[in-house]
Amino acid sequence: MSADDHIAEPLPLDAWHRARGARMVPFAGYAMPIQYEGIIAEHSWTRAHAGLFDVSHMGQLTLSGEGLDDALEALLPADVKSLGLGRMRYSLLLNDDGGIIDDLMLCRWPDKIYMVVNGAVKAGDIAHLRAHLPSAITLTHMTERALLALQGPEAFAALERVTTGRWPLSALTFMMGGPYEIDGIDAFITRSGYTGEDGFEISVDASQVEKVADLLCAQPEVKPIGLGARDSLRLEAGLPLYGHDLDTNTDPVSADLAFAISRRRRTEGGFPGAGLILKRLTEGAPTRRIGLAIEGRLPAREGAEIFAGDIRVGTVTSGGFAPTVGAPIAMGYVDAAHSALGTGLEIEVRGKRLAATVAPMPFVPHHYVRKGAA
Amino acid sequence: MTTYFTQDHEWISVEGGSATVGITDYAQAQLGDVVFVEVPPAGTEVAKGKEAAVVESVKAASDVYAPVSGTVTQANSELEADPSLVNTSPEESGWFFKLTLSNPAELEGLMDETAYKAFVAGL
Repeated sequence: MSADDHIAEPLPLDAWHRARGARMVPFAGYAMPIQYEGIIAEHSWTRAHAGLFDVSHMGQLTLSGEGLDDALEALLPADVKSLGLGRMRYSLLLNDDGGIIDDLMLCRWPDKIYMVVNGAVKAGDIAHLRAHLPSAITLTHMTERALLALQGPEAFAALERVTTGRWPLSALTFMMGGPYEIDGIDAFITRSGYTGEDGFEISVDASQVEKVADLLCAQPEVKPIGLGARDSLRLEAGLPLYGHDLDTNTDPVSADLAFAISRRRRTEGGFPGAGLILKRLTEGAPTRRIGLAIEGRLPAREGAEIFAGDIRVGTVTSGGFAPTVGAPIAMGYVDAAHSALGTGLEIEVRGKRLAATVAPMPFVPHHYVRKGAA
Repeated sequence: MTTYFTQDHEWISVEGGSATVGITDYAQAQLGDVVFVEVPPAGTEVAKGKEAAVVESVKAASDVYAPVSGTVTQANSELEADPSLVNTSPEESGWFFKLTLSNPAELEGLMDETAYKAFVAGL
């Protein structure tokens, strides 16, 4: 469609998306499906049934070698040592100033750590890891792997029907992963995702991904869903998007991601930027990532300025119409003094002031299936 | 009544010295789900090729340009309550605004339906 299409690399499912009527756009250097039948319909389908997302642009890495846990703990604030086999943890790659280089997922494999990083910054992440990890650590970028996300309340039913393994799929609860087979194809499945719904991420060899996608979409609960709905779903779930809501100028405390700093690391420190981050944990950060509920129907988008009276107090970092909420919502950073829930603020859009209120996130409740839950 | 089209995918339906403006079916399909439309109030002076309205889809805000210069006489108030009319009926109920033309000669550079269809087919 646009000239950019030609410089965007195809992903393994490129032809599969096009055959299903996807509109392809350049994203993170790849041609990716932004929508099939329409963003609102796809968003609503995922909240009610199950949506299949191609997230093969994301970087899938493995790390192994003597002293791996210590080496990783020197680069991120997670308690890697306590991460048991098949357990996952959300973490952040940090620079020396405590700025966020990327947000990522870690999962313990036998003798390895499996890491999933954002597609748009994966080359920088890999360079950073290679530059900072000791030579005993081997980093492998699994470029031959594709990654699918199956998300929604019916994701479990659809995936269980086509999955076999040593353990039933129900053995996985939120933030766990394990090896399974889908129609005889090896798949590493985690119960995770970025929509706020129950769901799974499925890593398979790129040569097999079309078969897996076909089989999943043949289930009555499942439709393919584009990037557009992925963005509106994660926004409603209050989940920050790297490059928009997070970057090297934001630290974990300002970004409201203090949960990613594990308890042991809070006392021991020893991660990049620990001095500043631990100080902000006790004293508070000068700016905070907040959610904003907006009055009326006009969306406020990334870059819109936030005001308290005449004083500019912040900037919107993500915003748009929220299909499940039925109104525009936004995420942004404001001065801490204006970050309390319920604070009335204004957002400027094309010279108009929109009334907005600091709102709790998520905007739509999470439906994760946690261990021990009925 | 004669309908003309622009390369920016607006349509303008002219009857005498007044006209109705909207966006084409092709444009609405490209935009996707429309969630908000900002139309110029009556009395607004619009200039050919300049921003006259804004249409917000789930994805992004897009400008709508005035196909010709003139003075807005009426905005489609139904779009406020139901912006999705732009998707379901772009060339009828989903019209944006009506205007009186200040320079009807500006119509000469616009496409007729056949030319517009050929233009879209080439995109």
